[in-house]
Amino acid sequence: MTPEELTNTITTERETQEKFKHHVCVCVAAGCLSSQSDKVKAALEDEIKRQGREHECQIKGVGCMGLCAAGPLVSVEETGTLYQEVKPEDAAEVVASLEGQPVARIKGPSEAPFFTRQVKIVLENCGKIDPNRIEDYLLSGGYQSLTKVLTEMTPAQIIEEVYKSGLRGRGGAGYPTGLKWSTVAKAPGSPKYVICNADEGDPGAFMDRSVLESDPHRVLEGMAIAAYAVGASQGYVYVRAEYPLAIERLQNAIKQARRLRFLGIDICGTTFNFNIDVRLGAGAFVCGEETALIASVEGRRGNPKPRPPYPAEAGLWGCPTLINNVETFANIAPIAGRGGNWYASIGTEKSKGTKVFALAGRVANTDLIEVPMGMTLREIVFDIGGGIPDGKRLKAVQTGGPSGGCIPEQFLDMPVDYESLNKLGSIMGSGGMIVMDETSCMVDVAKYFMEFCMSESCGKCVPCRVGTAQMYDLLHKITEGKAGLEDLEMLEDLCDLVRNTSLCGLGQSAPNPVLSTLRYFRDEYMEHIVNKTCPAGICKIKVPTEVTA
Amino acid sequence: MWTEFGSTTPPSSDTRWRIVGAAMRKHGYRPNALIETLHTVQETFGYLDEQALRFVAGALRVPLSQVYGVATFYHFFNLKPQGRHTCVICTGTACYIKGVPAILTAIEETYGIKPGETTSDGNISLVSARCLGSCGLAPAAVMDGDVVGKLTPLETVNRMRRWTK
Repeated sequence: MTPEELTNTITTERETQEKFKHHVCVCVAAGCLSSQSDKVKAALEDEIKRQGREHECQIKGVGCMGLCAAGPLVSVEETGTLYQEVKPEDAAEVVASLEGQPVARIKGPSEAPFFTRQVKIVLENCGKIDPNRIEDYLLSGGYQSLTKVLTEMTPAQIIEEVYKSGLRGRGGAGYPTGLKWSTVAKAPGSPKYVICNADEGDPGAFMDRSVLESDPHRVLEGMAIAAYAVGASQGYVYVRAEYPLAIERLQNAIKQARRLRFLGIDICGTTFNFNIDVRLGAGAFVCGEETALIASVEGRRGNPKPRPPYPAEAGLWGCPTLINNVETFANIAPIAGRGGNWYASIGTEKSKGTKVFALAGRVANTDLIEVPMGMTLREIVFDIGGGIPDGKRLKAVQTGGPSGGCIPEQFLDMPVDYESLNKLGSIMGSGGMIVMDETSCMVDVAKYFMEFCMSESCGKCVPCRVGTAQMYDLLHKITEGKAGLEDLEMLEDLCDLVRNTSLCGLGQSAPNPVLSTLRYFRDEYMEHIVNKTCPAGICKIKVPTEVTA
Repeated sequence: MWTEFGSTTPPSSDTRWRIVGAAMRKHGYRPNALIETLHTVQETFGYLDEQALRFVAGALRVPLSQVYGVATFYHFFNLKPQGRHTCVICTGTACYIKGVPAILTAIEETYGIKPGETTSDGNISLVSARCLGSCGLAPAAVMDGDVVGKLTPLETVNRMRRWTK
């Protein structure tokens, strides 16, 4: 599609949408769908037909609005009213109230800090546009960055913008994106590939799924810009098979983008060609590691390889390959459109921009949020998350999934950025943030993550395959009250060994949950070992009956 | 049973093999389409049996050992037939700290099955998932394709009871 055709399409779409006096958005992302938001949408559509108002009311299925625990969510675009826990029976009242006062019974908070404290870049379209219609994305400014990059910028210029933006990999490690792009661009050899890592395996993380379900075109646009920058003509999105809805919307989006020539040949009327195919994961956590992911895209077992060579030099089928996470790609179109300096003005000195977090666990609002880097954990958990329910006390916040750690209450005022979290013994990770209160036993949590790493270890290298199993056994012994102090010492030795000698990130970071809980909650370990009690009452410790002769 | 390299003739007259054949044709019978093909087989037949693995190996010209390796490496693939009903319990972090262990215990006490097992009458399969990504609804499960959230042990067992009547 040429820039002129793009303008025409947008004008037509705007005219069509402006014909409607009311726009009612119903969330149809997985969270709300599981509480039957599709039935709510159908009921609203029926109601509008019944009242003969099809010409003035539009019912739109949109992506995630963030407040997943209060679904199904419905919002009225004109007044900004948000309804929560809507049932199909509420449809008549909602439609009737479009002109008058909102229905107070189901009205949700719309001015709450939950909304006002967030800064949305990646999620700016989520909950506003219909993920199944490319026209809606175009109307909100979609594919204009791609058109601009292809017609006005050289690959070197766009890499320079990404470099200036200070964007770092949102998959967890935080490698500077601009640097990665320029390495792939400079790498000799062709063809080159672009891969989007959507194998969101961390338990407790659902950011990538929400982005793919709510705004798939934004990821495709970011990938196309990246492909132009590094000189690739083929891309893959590696997505978990456990996300059927995300896969369906992504495939639909690719089809639509091909039809309008934002993908395929002669993109935007230029000579640039780029195609994207979807590759399905099959439930292997290790495939989030880039070399294992490449093996999986090639149709093999997801075993990682030693690096170097890095995928930037020898990746998919031995060719230079750029791998970025979904959220990283979702940041590209805004950076290309508004410039790297704009993006760099948000966040802290070393961590720029915003980060999407999946806030879950023992917190009032379990939601998807996007905040500027540098916000404190306290603001995230208490202001946005609404604090801990049932009058309980916060014990720890777990970030980074099985590769991360638990941050205790005394560090809640630390700003959330890559460096601060590393200093605390955790990692940024892909964005899962699990809040735990006093009902969680930290030894049990460490055991839970070790069980995860043990069963997800691919088995290629010994430290990870055997080490995680041994560490799990020791933790199990502690939670059963059968361990002695020498077991704790051995556990610490093993942590050190596995961390320093494993082949890939999975093994290297597997000890993190143990190390961080040992660092901040050593007394809980001691309670289990010395006093044979579990302070939280989670571990079932059988007190041995004294045998008296 | 043997594996014939390069043979695209289905192992039986079951018409469902056409779906598998079409998927492989779409990928030009390229060996790297192995995982995609296994996904199609599982979607079509519900699980991967030896016959299917041999057929796919032959058609895509991939050594049978490699096909078996891939099929066993990835948790998503089943090598055994599943029960008529499937209950997938999420064991992600959010669900775990919100009480999934108690749900699993309740199911085990009622039906005598652990994750990965099927009741002896072949009616219900219990599967555990690493994370369904529905953390806002924790504890969550997928029961015969429908995501259900905010579960309690009692409610979960009650829902499963509807399958046994």
